[in-house]
Amino acid sequence: MMSHAKAHDLQLDPAGHLKHLLTVEGLSRELLTEVLDQAEGFLGVAQQAVKKVPLCRGKVVANLFFETSTRTRTTFELAAKRLSADVLNLNIAASATTKGETLLDTLRNLEAMQVDMFVVRHAASGAAHFIASQAAPHVSVINAGDGRHAHPTQGMLDMFTIRRHKGAFENLRIAIVGDILHSRVARSEIAALNTLGAGEIRVIGPRTLMPAQVESLGVRVFEDLHEGVRDADVVIMLRLQRERMSVALLPSEHEYFQLYGLTEERLSTARPDAIVMHPGPINRGVEMDTQVADGPRSVILEQVTNGIAVRMAVIAMCIGTQNRRGQGAVGGLDD
Amino acid sequence: MDHAAVETAIATMGLTLQALLERRHLAAPLMVGIHTGGVWVAERLHAELALADPLGHLDISYYRDDFSRIGMHPQVRPSHLPVTVENRHIILVDDVLQTGRTIRAALNTLFDYGRPKSVILAVLAELDGRHLPIEPNVVGLHARLEAGERIKLTGPAPLVLVRGRAPAKPAPKTHQVEAAP
Repeated sequence: MMSHAKAHDLQLDPAGHLKHLLTVEGLSRELLTEVLDQAEGFLGVAQQAVKKVPLCRGKVVANLFFETSTRTRTTFELAAKRLSADVLNLNIAASATTKGETLLDTLRNLEAMQVDMFVVRHAASGAAHFIASQAAPHVSVINAGDGRHAHPTQGMLDMFTIRRHKGAFENLRIAIVGDILHSRVARSEIAALNTLGAGEIRVIGPRTLMPAQVESLGVRVFEDLHEGVRDADVVIMLRLQRERMSVALLPSEHEYFQLYGLTEERLSTARPDAIVMHPGPINRGVEMDTQVADGPRSVILEQVTNGIAVRMAVIAMCIGTQNRRGQGAVGGLDD
Repeated sequence: MDHAAVETAIATMGLTLQALLERRHLAAPLMVGIHTGGVWVAERLHAELALADPLGHLDISYYRDDFSRIGMHPQVRPSHLPVTVENRHIILVDDVLQTGRTIRAALNTLFDYGRPKSVILAVLAELDGRHLPIEPNVVGLHARLEAGERIKLTGPAPLVLVRGRAPAKPAPKTHQVEAAP
């Protein structure tokens, strides 16, 4: 798999407009703010009697999911449909690749069907970047999660949710709790929070679930949950990713809950108006208590709604960039 | 065109609109302004007519016909229709009418919120150069532009209609209209 060190170069057209969204790393504060502002506009589409706008009429968006997903895939699908695009859902794990077709063959076939955008989820870090580097110039690629690397639309929908509740990022204390090591969500959130100028970013979890040199990401590290959430404005819980753990990093889920599970009592040191977030799906009784998940400070379901608006913004911005460069002509101009 | 002339034109619009509503027996209409200049004009008219329902704001960015050429408008403001448009008489307000493309987009936007009983169009300034069969019901003033000239409403206070030369590549703003070639 290719290095993703230069992903940010690939993401923008020569005029600096968003062409692919592969990672939030390397994107400017202005661009991230533009995504949030555009999402604000798209949130209103759900209030219309006809929950659809004609922006991407005649465009085809292919969801390429090499890894299973329900929420991310369905919200991408809804986002594309609310923009009036046509959507293809390809569950690649169960299709051509098992018959021996290579990834590039699959891409070329979809390009031959005049697909305008690939939304890609893959277990390998750098997969979306690889596809973007190989795709025809008129095709945009959005990363819907690649290995442990990045999940930029989840990161941005969390920023959107935070901004809607808390306003400016400068004075906020944000605590991210759990399996930082395996979490592409945490990586994207930390990158976005740093770019948007968040006051203080904390990561909380057992040392075995922290990446090496985690401090170099610009975060404060806590092993104690009680200390870590003290005076926090935002508490983001991460899902325990058993499927990505190759060795036993945890004694048991029960013991994990005893130390890092969020309960109302443990939340009591956070600011009284703190919000609690989780990218889903929640393991109730492992990452958090049901009382917290369904409690007044939980904005978990709002994250799902916001995810549609943020994904609409990203899809529309990328397709708009393609339109600007020449009506998305197949095999057209080179960049 | 200075502030006083604009205010006079808006006052005239208010009287014309009132007469039209009475003549057509359009009771309790709902007023909707198009971002950004149309909202400024609509705020004045809304006060003049003392309408009961709050003013609606319409952003037409998602319904423009030039997305396929120029991409996303950088500043989209959410549309805000505080009352349903379903089965209501609508007064649609914009600042400048020239090609009619903005109004086409506005009508499409409006109809995705519901089915109005009727729509009448009120514009502050009307210019030659229609690309579509769209005509206003109420007009504040008629203006004539030289080739390459454009007119723009600045506001929200004071409201002034400014004439200027069109830039080589006009910015896609709802309240700026370039003279037809």
